[in-house]
Amino acid sequence: MGNKILILLEQRNGQLKKASFEAAKAAYELSSKLSLETEAIVIGNEIDNLEAVGNYGVTKVIHFKNSDLFNYSPSAYTKILVDYSRENNVSIIIIPNTSLGKDLAPRVSAKLNAGLAMDCIALDVQGNDIIATRPIYAGKLLQDVKPISDVKIFTLRPNVFPASVINDSKAEVTIRNAENLDFSTKVVEIKKSEGKLDVAEAEIIVSGGRGMKGPEHFQLISELAQLLGAAVGASRAVVDAGWRPHSEQVGQTGKTVSPTLYIALGISGAIQHLAGMRSSKYIVAVNKDKDAPIFQVADYGIVGDVFEILPAMIEEIKKIKS
Amino acid sequence: MKIAVCVSHVPDTAAKINISGDGKGIDQTGVTYVVNPYDEFAIEEALKTKEKVGGDTVVISLGGEANKETLRKALAMGIDNAVLLKDESYRDSLSVAKALAEEIKSQNAELVFFGKQSVDFDNSVVGQMTAELLGYNCVSVVVDFKLDGTKIIAEREIEGGKEVVETTLPAVITAQKGLNEPRYASLKGIMAAKKKIIEEKPAFVTENFVKVVTLKRPAPKQAGKIIGTDATAVPELIRLLREEAKVI
Repeated sequence: MGNKILILLEQRNGQLKKASFEAAKAAYELSSKLSLETEAIVIGNEIDNLEAVGNYGVTKVIHFKNSDLFNYSPSAYTKILVDYSRENNVSIIIIPNTSLGKDLAPRVSAKLNAGLAMDCIALDVQGNDIIATRPIYAGKLLQDVKPISDVKIFTLRPNVFPASVINDSKAEVTIRNAENLDFSTKVVEIKKSEGKLDVAEAEIIVSGGRGMKGPEHFQLISELAQLLGAAVGASRAVVDAGWRPHSEQVGQTGKTVSPTLYIALGISGAIQHLAGMRSSKYIVAVNKDKDAPIFQVADYGIVGDVFEILPAMIEEIKKIKS
Repeated sequence: MKIAVCVSHVPDTAAKINISGDGKGIDQTGVTYVVNPYDEFAIEEALKTKEKVGGDTVVISLGGEANKETLRKALAMGIDNAVLLKDESYRDSLSVAKALAEEIKSQNAELVFFGKQSVDFDNSVVGQMTAELLGYNCVSVVVDFKLDGTKIIAEREIEGGKEVVETTLPAVITAQKGLNEPRYASLKGIMAAKKKIIEEKPAFVTENFVKVVTLKRPAPKQAGKIIGTDATAVPELIRLLREEAKVI
């Protein structure tokens, strides 16, 4: 049995992602309950402000550095994480449940014969066990699971574990030149969706459904989203109709999201949609049908014509901003 | 080339899911099962690849007798052969991956497609695990796939964009919606699928690495407020969002 908690910090373009700080803080809390050491590793080329991880309770960061690691490489990351875990007696690995984490965690799990709990929304220590709570059926139910292997891996859903600062201490950063890397699978290019915030990462989502009546009316949704610094989301019906890209789809065959604020416009709330967004902190619904299931999960609702209410929302927000 | 597709048999996304008496599984009453939606993209991509480069396709599923329905659907779409790895007991993802990896090895498949996740347990891990167990390369959540000889260029969806990934065969690809438009099974295909023999064998036995402690319902949301029925309610809505919820 190992004696260490290892956190994978994720960086993109040399910046740590917010989910990395959330993972660091959650690992720190586990470590105090289990009396284990924590260490973080980060893989990349130049990375800014790694010391800041110390603010979240993680005092030691190992930076595996190589200019070829600017982008993600599944094979290189897997080898680094697996080798490091084996050499350093790691018993628990914490990874953000991002597109990178979701790709990487199962690879490491298979190599280490490690029980894996994906997309956790809570971690609870009972004796020496860690019970992880995770949504299943896109959030229709929750499942409590307990990895029973020597090495255990947990991926944490972004925006759920608070990244709250403990103190102002700085982490000690050790740089290691990453060598003998395995680039058999490698990202060679990133194609960004122009200036768009992703629903999976956004604090606020403005989402439209069939009630928007046509793709051209999503302009209004984009306008409100832009004013709020929000991502644009969509229901399955409008994605299937080709009005919006699948990357915006919220629900059981799209993305499961937990933003601070979810604004559902012209969305009736099919069971598969509700499953994907019901864990949002606040939900606003605008729909002309007062019996629409979306009102059962909404904190605030307006029963009315979205084409009257949405422009009024845009005006009201503009007023506040000016 | 031998191309394999791994599929799972899952409750329809429109189904209401209730917890079974023992608290660890789901109540099957009134639940209809379908081919896992992402697996349809995997099946389609296997068929398209075979149409381009030739070879044989096989569909593999782990589970009980009921999974044959999903295997037949894949056969009806045009997959050549089907294998059912029989095991109805609980298995965690790694244990499922180990059984699939054994079968893929014995099938000698060089290219394997999975759906990016099953819409029941939502782990999105079995494809990547199977690849690692086999020593195959793997690209997950793929929305564009090109095979040129043994070289693969695939695009995978990430937050706010796509990553272009290069790798080579042998490989596992996990399919995301958007990869293709799954074909409908033709009547001829459906008739032919009925006659095909589904090969059945016991699934490779291995231990579990994760235990299910319990299933529970998420806490119900408290009934919200209906603020109004027209645009005059908007200032109050915005005030509540700013002052009560403090989210904007």
